[in-house]
Amino acid sequence: MTKMNMVQALNSALMLEMESNKDVVVLGEDVGVDGGVFRVTEGLQSKYGKQRVIDTPLAESGIIGTSIGMAIYGLKPVAEVQFSGFIYPAFNQIVSHAARIRNRTRGKYASGIVVRTPCSGGVKALEHHSESTEAFFIHTPGLKVVMPASPYDAKGLLAAAIRDPDPVIFFEPLKLYRAYKEEVPEEAYTIPLGKAKVVQEGSDVTLIAWGSMVKTCQEALQLNAQNEKYSIELIDLRTLSPLDWPAVHKSVQKTGRCVIVQEAPKTLGLGAEIAARLAEEDLLSLKSPIVRVTGFDTMMPYFKLENYYIPSPERVLHGVKKAMQF
Amino acid sequence: MPQEVYSNFSIRKLSILDKDGKADEKLLPKLSPAQLKEIYTHMVLARTLDEKILKLQRQGRIGTYSPGLGQEAIPIGSAYATQKQDWSVQSFREHGMMIVRGVPLLNIMLYFGGDERNAKYPVDNILPNSVPVGSQTLHAAGIAMGIQYKQKDAVAIAYFGDGGTSEGDFHEALNFAGTLNLPCVFICQNNQWAISVPRKSQTHAETIAQKAIAYGIEGIQVDGNDVLAVYAATQEALARARTGKGPTLIECVTYRMGDHTTADDATRYRSPEEVQYWRERDPLLRMQKYLLAQGMLSPQLDEQIKNESTAKVEAAVLQYEQFPAPSVDDIFDYHYKQTPADLEAQKKELHAFLDTIKPLGNEGEK
Ligand SMILES: Cc1ncc(C[n+]2csc(CCOP(=O)(O)OP(=O)(O)O)c2C)c(N)n1
Ligand SMILES: [Mg+2]
Repeated sequence: MTKMNMVQALNSALMLEMESNKDVVVLGEDVGVDGGVFRVTEGLQSKYGKQRVIDTPLAESGIIGTSIGMAIYGLKPVAEVQFSGFIYPAFNQIVSHAARIRNRTRGKYASGIVVRTPCSGGVKALEHHSESTEAFFIHTPGLKVVMPASPYDAKGLLAAAIRDPDPVIFFEPLKLYRAYKEEVPEEAYTIPLGKAKVVQEGSDVTLIAWGSMVKTCQEALQLNAQNEKYSIELIDLRTLSPLDWPAVHKSVQKTGRCVIVQEAPKTLGLGAEIAARLAEEDLLSLKSPIVRVTGFDTMMPYFKLENYYIPSPERVLHGVKKAMQF
Repeated sequence: MPQEVYSNFSIRKLSILDKDGKADEKLLPKLSPAQLKEIYTHMVLARTLDEKILKLQRQGRIGTYSPGLGQEAIPIGSAYATQKQDWSVQSFREHGMMIVRGVPLLNIMLYFGGDERNAKYPVDNILPNSVPVGSQTLHAAGIAMGIQYKQKDAVAIAYFGDGGTSEGDFHEALNFAGTLNLPCVFICQNNQWAISVPRKSQTHAETIAQKAIAYGIEGIQVDGNDVLAVYAATQEALARARTGKGPTLIECVTYRMGDHTTADDATRYRSPEEVQYWRERDPLLRMQKYLLAQGMLSPQLDEQIKNESTAKVEAAVLQYEQFPAPSVDDIFDYHYKQTPADLEAQKKELHAFLDTIKPLGNEGEK
């Protein structure tokens, strides 16, 4: 065990997976010599060479399109899109091809690419550098979507994504990259995709979050511990698609209340899907209406106003109170 | 049928002022001493602004910044050739163009200060910064389609970097411009780097200018650190576009003297020797030397220009820092011509929440 921040944990996963599987290649803008603009791929090129760690031309459609080809041929590309706000040139390749090739060939070919991309706000970045775009990909059949919330999970989930036979969009909340360190094993390990984590157990209300909102919710738990002292169960989804529905279901069955926290715009976000699912299957267990604490149906504002857009611990607690005081 | 050469192509290369500020008299564009001094003054102002914003960023007074250090000749020389009715479609390193076309320094600073009110420029026909690399080239082509349709005497200029030429949108823009014979000028600021990736990793072609050939349009490479060459090439391209002769791709060869942005550390991927080579080719010093040698500039006047630039920049910084904080309503109020009821409701909800807590302690105001 050693203390790692999320950047180091992700780097460690890449190092180990490249070591154990010679077919893993890393490609993207600035991933080689520079080690990625966030240094997640630092040291990979000097260790594994320019053929396995490729500084590509500045072309996201090219990066993902060639990754799909490599994957079909049998390699394991781990592509980086420098910021999720710049994934759109590659959207066509992801949606029209990566997500579909297995189904279209009845399993003869597959595109088990991993697309790593930083997401979400909170660091006063320039526009297009703070987006939460997971819903587009969750909405696309054939893709898996992952968003870790801690260094430990980041390493295990990235390793699992690389070993997964299907295309995985791997979102890295950039606010968490260097937010804190925690104990992370130096050796390789995986955390299964599709499994949520109960961060804290509780009995009054279920709080569901992912990505950097997990940390925000943990801060809300601290505020709660000083004041209201509700018994809150916090669930970190970790994988957004496929959703760990049994984990959500089980918790809400127990608490009878649910607050969903998402940084992305409100309409048709993952929170909407969870709320719909609860209405379908758990309506009679609910003691209060489901509450969503989300970004707004607007552009991510430039950074002067971003703290009003991104759910804060206070806003999360406000939502919890709404559910509790119904 | 024997094999034969289908055609041969060539690419022009233009340079007027050499690195020591000596001009090729035959190629000098027709500019009066007053105009030449004005161009130089713009360059000094752009440089002064850049250096100031870099300082502010280090002090935490402004956000991430993409400096134009060492590239001033391109946005300034090209913008100086435009007329009011022409359109400038920028990337994110064309502050010099905004200076020439009359965008207040305050607006430039507000953008990098994370303030959405930056881009309501008091002057027309300039699109805001475009961060998604390469994407804006198509907008220039589209504006040119509008100009063509309305039969106006105007041209659309697109700016982008060497990295931008790798994006699919760049290809589509040049292809549209070529096939539709659009009044459009594509200006590539080839500053040798796209963050850490060198120019030769963007294209295996020897020049970017030669890409024009494949689209059947005019292409030229110019010394991008020579403001007179940039001006002359743009002038020629604008004249061609205005007379229905179609688009031009101008590759301006320059160098990004600074880091990519304030979030970057260029020493990780390039050598001090390379930087030194280009420092000796500084576009500002070159123009200064030329003007001094021509007697159009004296050390005293030079000093005065620099002092005036510093005063302008300091005044803008004051304006920037005293600019009233934006309202949270600004998050919601500009997405649609008429804000939908649902969105109004979300705004109300935010206000209701904010009424329950103390201020968040950031710049926003209710
Ligand atoms: C579509 C897209 N991908 C990635 C980025 C991140 N990014 C910003 S600038 C840049 C390099 C741009 O290089 P170039 O086009 O040469 O312009 P320069 O920065 O040198 O002026 C990159 C990769 C982006 N802004 N947009
Ligand atoms: Mg460049």
